[in-house]
Amino acid sequence: MVDWKPVASLNTLQTRAEILAKIRRFFASKNVLEVETPLLSRSTATDVYIQSLEVVAAKEKFYLQTSPEFAMKRLLGSGVGPIYQICKAFRQGEVSKSHRPEFTMLEWYQPGYSMLDLMVEVEQLVDDLLSCGAIPRLSYRALFQEYLGIDPHAISLEALESLALSKMEISSEKLSRTDYLQLLLGNNIEALMPSNCFVYDFPIDQAALAVIENDQYDVPVAKRFELFFGGMELANGYFELTDEKEQRLRFETDLQARKKLQLADYPIDEKLLAALKHGVPKCSGVALGIDRLIMLAVGSADIRDVISFS
Amino acid sequence: MASYSTNEFKSGLKVLVEGDPCSILENEMVKPGKGQAFNRVKFRNLLNGRVWERTYKSGESIAAADVMETDMEYLYADGEFWHFMKTDDSYEQVAVDASAIAEAKNWLKEQAVYQVTLWNDAPISVTPPNFVELEVTDTDPGLKGDTAQGGTKPATLSSGAVVKVPLFVNIGDVLRVDTRNGEYQNRVNK
Repeated sequence: MVDWKPVASLNTLQTRAEILAKIRRFFASKNVLEVETPLLSRSTATDVYIQSLEVVAAKEKFYLQTSPEFAMKRLLGSGVGPIYQICKAFRQGEVSKSHRPEFTMLEWYQPGYSMLDLMVEVEQLVDDLLSCGAIPRLSYRALFQEYLGIDPHAISLEALESLALSKMEISSEKLSRTDYLQLLLGNNIEALMPSNCFVYDFPIDQAALAVIENDQYDVPVAKRFELFFGGMELANGYFELTDEKEQRLRFETDLQARKKLQLADYPIDEKLLAALKHGVPKCSGVALGIDRLIMLAVGSADIRDVISFS
Repeated sequence: MASYSTNEFKSGLKVLVEGDPCSILENEMVKPGKGQAFNRVKFRNLLNGRVWERTYKSGESIAAADVMETDMEYLYADGEFWHFMKTDDSYEQVAVDASAIAEAKNWLKEQAVYQVTLWNDAPISVTPPNFVELEVTDTDPGLKGDTAQGGTKPATLSSGAVVKVPLFVNIGDVLRVDTRNGEYQNRVNK
């Protein structure tokens, strides 16, 4: 028999609708404008670890957006002010209990906000939705010092590799610093750290689209934060890179790395670069996984429980 | 040789890890929002039963192991090997050695059907059905008036296994035993 029924229960679908309504009320009360940007885009994220889906529409190749970031930054450049969007995003090959190739994302930008300002706003929203109270904040350095006794910014690659191999069996050799740090975080820290917490000031190798600045120890760090909640990465935010030259350099570095790994080549988003050149206000922005949020709200451990069809 | 990429990993898949045939018990993709995806894989080594975890970079592949699980009827033991025959009317037989028969030798009964795991056509393990019925060959005599609530005593079964049984059980009784924990279930009418 053909199984045509929804995978989520009707109760879960109701919770989902209530949460979406609450999110819209939250932003309306703060005068943040809801926007929609195209899901079909002529350029896409160059991140080595994010693979875009390609589609042909009207004889032209488009990418299904992996996040609405570039389009929303172009809106910011036009002087639109604070904005948010609730939309679908697509990432090829990502399937697990907390990943789907098609998922729902909430993304918002606050001109004039620092990274720490935006973390406060994320905390307000999540407390509004999940009644979690205050969320502890830990720098990436503090996290690794506390649970593994190492400084993640200073440790040598060799020492990092031998530490990782003493903690787990890894089939491949010669991984990058970022790989080892992320494996240690997932394997040896996540279970011990507060189950809800903000981690901020990432190693510069993990800057993605965040500004790099020196911290209080005069060590360059990425002004990026992640919200870990109930064992999942719930949100990822940046004090946004708005420097056109630096952005172009990061695109080019990504694309060279993609070429080396024989991954698909993507066109650079020249429209984003033109907007940055024109001037995008200093701002912080964050993306939050709506499906994971619903999982937390209904106490589910499988993302397929919270979407209507999988 | 055939191989499987991490995106084909699933529980039950038989692969070669460092030359040994292994079965994948669990496979979990670990993917940070920004960063390399990995697969955390839990294996069982089919030769020695060891269960452990290993992390693979997504996209890596592992060689497939030619492992088959077949239903076979137990025939006899010759002192060195235990002989089984396929149930598919081919009458094909295999001889299983002591390391492959392992704990299963406690639960053997002629003409009963067992699952024999073959690696490159050679037997590497035998899994008995969850329940077997075996005759008691030795135990202290049953005491009159004992009820099922009484104590227990050891009884030796026709397979050689010793299990704890209620006091009313006698030599010649046929017992149903759970092979997963070696526990007595009930007496079966002959």
